[in-house]
Amino acid sequence: MAETAVSSSSGLAAAQPAPATSNSLLNAITSRLVIIVPYLWLLFFFLIPFAIVFKISLSQTAIAMPPYTPVFGVDGFFDALSQLNFDNYVWLTEDALYFNAYVSSVIIAAISTFLALLIAYPIAYGMARAPTTIRPTLLMLVILPFWTSFLIRVYAWIGILKPEGLLNQVLLATGIIDEPLIILNTHIAIFIGIVYSYLPFMVLPLYSSLEKMDYSLIEAAQDLGCPPISAFWKITFPLSLPGVVAGCMLVFIPAVGEFVIPDLLGGSETLMIGKTLWNEFFNNRDWPVSSAVAVILLLLLIVPIMIFQSAQARAQEQGR
Amino acid sequence: MIRRTLLLSAATAVLAAFAGGAGAQERVVNVYNWSDYIDSSIIDDFTKETGIKVVYDVFDSNEILETKLLAGGSGYDIVVPTSNFLVRQIAAGVYQKLDKSKLPNLVNEWDVVTSRVQKYDPDNAYSVNWMWGTVGIGYNVEKVKAALGVDKIDSWDVVYKPENLAKLKDCGVYVLDSSSDIVPTTLKYLGLDPESTSAEDLAKVEETLLAIRPFIRKFHSSEYINALANGDICLAVGWSGDIFQARDRAAEADQGVVVDYVVPKEGAEMWFDQMAIPADAPHVAEAHEFLNFILKPEVAAKATNYVYFANGNKASQEFIDKEILDNPAIYPDAATLEKLFTVSPYDSKSQRVVTRLWTKVVTGQ
Repeated sequence: MAETAVSSSSGLAAAQPAPATSNSLLNAITSRLVIIVPYLWLLFFFLIPFAIVFKISLSQTAIAMPPYTPVFGVDGFFDALSQLNFDNYVWLTEDALYFNAYVSSVIIAAISTFLALLIAYPIAYGMARAPTTIRPTLLMLVILPFWTSFLIRVYAWIGILKPEGLLNQVLLATGIIDEPLIILNTHIAIFIGIVYSYLPFMVLPLYSSLEKMDYSLIEAAQDLGCPPISAFWKITFPLSLPGVVAGCMLVFIPAVGEFVIPDLLGGSETLMIGKTLWNEFFNNRDWPVSSAVAVILLLLLIVPIMIFQSAQARAQEQGR
Repeated sequence: MIRRTLLLSAATAVLAAFAGGAGAQERVVNVYNWSDYIDSSIIDDFTKETGIKVVYDVFDSNEILETKLLAGGSGYDIVVPTSNFLVRQIAAGVYQKLDKSKLPNLVNEWDVVTSRVQKYDPDNAYSVNWMWGTVGIGYNVEKVKAALGVDKIDSWDVVYKPENLAKLKDCGVYVLDSSSDIVPTTLKYLGLDPESTSAEDLAKVEETLLAIRPFIRKFHSSEYINALANGDICLAVGWSGDIFQARDRAAEADQGVVVDYVVPKEGAEMWFDQMAIPADAPHVAEAHEFLNFILKPEVAAKATNYVYFANGNKASQEFIDKEILDNPAIYPDAATLEKLFTVSPYDSKSQRVVTRLWTKVVTGQ
């Protein structure tokens, strides 16, 4: 996602009308080539893998290597087309487990995204208002955790949150609590894990939209007698909206399919679609059904995003 | 967990590529075994003796191993599946038959083990036993005494009677996250056939497990080793050797935690971890040399002395620590052996039913 955004923006920059010089043709060709890169990326790392997953979702399990019946090869394509079956998708509707897992994942991801937004906004705001000289350092601090493996950072939270972990020791020693808090293996631990892991993805887009904001607008509002809080809601927040949306998407989408964090920090009763998919794939050895679960997950995420995108685009058109 | 596995396999692939590049001079064997499951000096000794380099990689669940093998092209020369997974993998064509002419040390095998393994691997054509053990109860002696007022646990009643387990809830109970072990064990406790797949019997299992579910802190297949050793929990239903490792770690830490393991009197599941060679293994000759080395009595004994699991090597028993050999929880006496049972794998329909039951027990859904 991030890569695509970066490369398409550079594509846009290159596509800007070039001055009418002798090498304008060359420029046009280069810009085309630059635009092609993200599309190739999408083709090889998204569309083709997705087609493979979709193909597997239409087959049946078998005791073989790989453990499913072949659906269609190059030869006998039309023959195979006639016997396509969507049994695996029907199966998903027959057991409430899958529906509940999807819903529970979306709820957990939504709550985590909201919490991340609440925490990230003041951070990003502070960074954007900080003196220009120290901004690179602050930015660096936000990115710094990425230098350690994601997995190790999640493991570290086990050490912090467990009943005899750091957090409880500090709270007990200071006399704030008398009994250790049970946080590990609960939903709270999952929220902490997701918010912590994805916070930089929320902070960075917020920061980039807040940084570009013209603060003389706020001064103008204050001159005209608008109280600070209402100036925030009327000016700052609407102007930072693109950052809010981008940040929420960057956190929400990976959080829905998250597997590692609920597996390590969550309890046994945590139901998330990532874990359900894992069960189908590893415990039931049912590659077709797990592929169907993955396809549905993708549709559930992509469709709302596309609707949202087109709504955004329309709003921008009208705004002009 | 997935990411770690991905990293490991990527690392192995790179290593294998280098090894391949080294060509004729360097011989390599790629071994994929369970985590915490070997005395690393065995690997060094093998390299010293044969000049074959060992690329050693680990997993922590049969499911991960199976998925890699079924996907094909894993690049491993030796893998160690548990018997009830092995049988299905043989059917899928994952393994090649052993060339027994290259394994003279097979004479050391123990018939008590090989005869039982034939249920999974007829004629023992595809595999050699690495370790075997039972699924029983590991517990913190002091904490259980404080909660239940007993010195020793000897029955599954502690786990399956809700009124007993309720008393242990606060000090912590872990259960293996493995339906293929816990469902047969529960059937056995209920006096039913451990291999039953009938809807009626499975419904009873579900009811029994749901009744004790509120008192179980977590279902997990490896965390309980440390949790028991640290005194974080007071009881775990787990694999024998893992619990003995917990006992030893607790003794080393010397924090007053005493862990014990019991094969309950109602009986327990017996499982076998088998070494086998994938059909597409790149270094077949080296793999046979490795197996033959492992089958040496001194080597098998060294392995057992380190991991506290029993092995399938009769000749090794004279080199095994007396403390291990005389412990009926590791090397069961004839009376205990009678009560142990083995289970066949589920067919795919029953597997789905059992997994669904398990999801319901674990997540409440």
